[in-house]
Amino acid sequence: MTIATDRPTRLRWMEPSAIGGVLFHDRTIFRRYWASTTFSSVVEPTIYLLAFGFGFGSLVAVVAGYSYIEFLGTGIVATAVLFSSAFAGMFQSFIRRVYQKTYDAMLATPVDTHELVTGEALWIGIRSGVFGCAPMLVAIGFGLDPGPGMLLVPLIAFLTGFGFGLFGMWMSAIVPGIDSFNYVISALLTPLFLVAGTFFPLDTLPDWTLVLTQFNPLYHCVELVRHAVFGIRPLLDLWHIAALIIFAVAMWLLATRSMRRRLID
Amino acid sequence: MKGAAEFAISMRGVTKRFGAIIAVAELDLDIPAGICIGLLGPNGAGKSTTMRLLTAQAIADAGEITVLGCSVPTQSKQARAQMGVVPQQDNLDVELTARANLDVFARLYRIPRREREASVVRALRIAQLTGRADTQVDKLSGGMRRRLLIGRGLVHRPRLVLLDEPTVGLDPQVRQELWSLIDDLRTQGVTVLMSTHYIEEAERLADDVAMMNRGRLIARDAPGKLISQYAGETVMEYFGAPDRLVEVEQLAREVGLVTRRAGPSVSVLRAEQMPPSLLDRLGDSAARRPANLEDVFVTLTGVSVE
Repeated sequence: MTIATDRPTRLRWMEPSAIGGVLFHDRTIFRRYWASTTFSSVVEPTIYLLAFGFGFGSLVAVVAGYSYIEFLGTGIVATAVLFSSAFAGMFQSFIRRVYQKTYDAMLATPVDTHELVTGEALWIGIRSGVFGCAPMLVAIGFGLDPGPGMLLVPLIAFLTGFGFGLFGMWMSAIVPGIDSFNYVISALLTPLFLVAGTFFPLDTLPDWTLVLTQFNPLYHCVELVRHAVFGIRPLLDLWHIAALIIFAVAMWLLATRSMRRRLID
Repeated sequence: MKGAAEFAISMRGVTKRFGAIIAVAELDLDIPAGICIGLLGPNGAGKSTTMRLLTAQAIADAGEITVLGCSVPTQSKQARAQMGVVPQQDNLDVELTARANLDVFARLYRIPRREREASVVRALRIAQLTGRADTQVDKLSGGMRRRLLIGRGLVHRPRLVLLDEPTVGLDPQVRQELWSLIDDLRTQGVTVLMSTHYIEEAERLADDVAMMNRGRLIARDAPGKLISQYAGETVMEYFGAPDRLVEVEQLAREVGLVTRRAGPSVSVLRAEQMPPSLLDRLGDSAARRPANLEDVFVTLTGVSVE
């Protein structure tokens, strides 16, 4: 072995190659678990779709101007995104940080905490972008009309998944133990998931809840997906996109700061 | 006197606290390039914290750290690109193969695409795992995993390698294998900082030994010089009942010799200076052996290192 002489002269604050290394790590791990991960990420929302679509859908013909299968098939994209992003962000990053010490190993290389967090969340976002489309594709099989706007859905799912992946990482860095995720799931994620306009239109709720839904990123995801499929509303959709970007930026700041506190003594 | 930039590692007045506990206290440590230095001390001496300070995985409360000419933590990313770290705790990706583990780290260390495969092959060869390259890590033995950790730390041909307790918990045969691997590094001009609490490991591998206790550096020199300075050439080890051991201690101290308790025996340091009358009086229930770093450490601290 000889000692290398061609050294990088300067490394920037945010290195694409560092993020690329983190993404490659995730991709390499994913290649071993793609079947089970894909199964759970696709089948779970599909079961919701079938159960609610055939069960509740047989009682209700039209909801908010759409057939129930159209309403549900587009709304449940957000559920798939949530399942494949927030849960991955919480459990995966907790296990890698606490039990496997993978993050310790990575931070001994020229990768900083903010690059690690960004790479992990980007991978979660990419996965969400893909898995988020699954229920919509199933819904097409059950009568949802395909359209060119659907091509935007992976991007919407990516942006939402990126934010929720970061949310999960933030939670994983502030909870005292893995059992504490039960509180996060019950007290935070379940209400967000139920009050996002996925299963029923929100205008049936009291006015004050409508104000609160503006702070629910999943609601913005649901609205964007429906508008992408059934017709874009430029100004409104700009607001929904802005809300998801604000959510992602806020989560990035919180996740990076909390992770740094946990990983750097 | 050399400046900080001329050393592979330079630590000046470095202190690290964890709440009320001072893990590293006003540490001054300069390590020239190309040597193997052993950081010797018992558990809790501050060795691992010192390692983490060098990679900026711990931030010092006071003092200055320079690694390979880079100020840490401000330029730590640049420093980490040129150093390899072998942690005490196995943090390999157990669900990946040996080759995949190395491939991931080749990317994290920014090895250019065209050199990546050759770097992985070379690291597998260093780790003596060429034949097990495609075996999943959780199917490898403890010794193989340890070698893979070392190969991972060397995949990018670093100028400096930090080895944190590299052979802890391994059987003697695997330990010997790793020693020759570490010895190879030194002969190739890589600077090696190795923390250990194994006396034999430090004596056999290190050009210099830095002894730490309770976060402080208590002595630093070549192993032979430290032994000669603090423990002399030989040690007489007396065995017997507690009363007998107390008597040995008293008689040795009367003639100005240092003793230390080691389980069921008392060691008299600088035995070559023992007067014949004392040797006669203490009798022949003793064994003469060469002095070692353990004698030095106990003399300096009063506690055992292993």
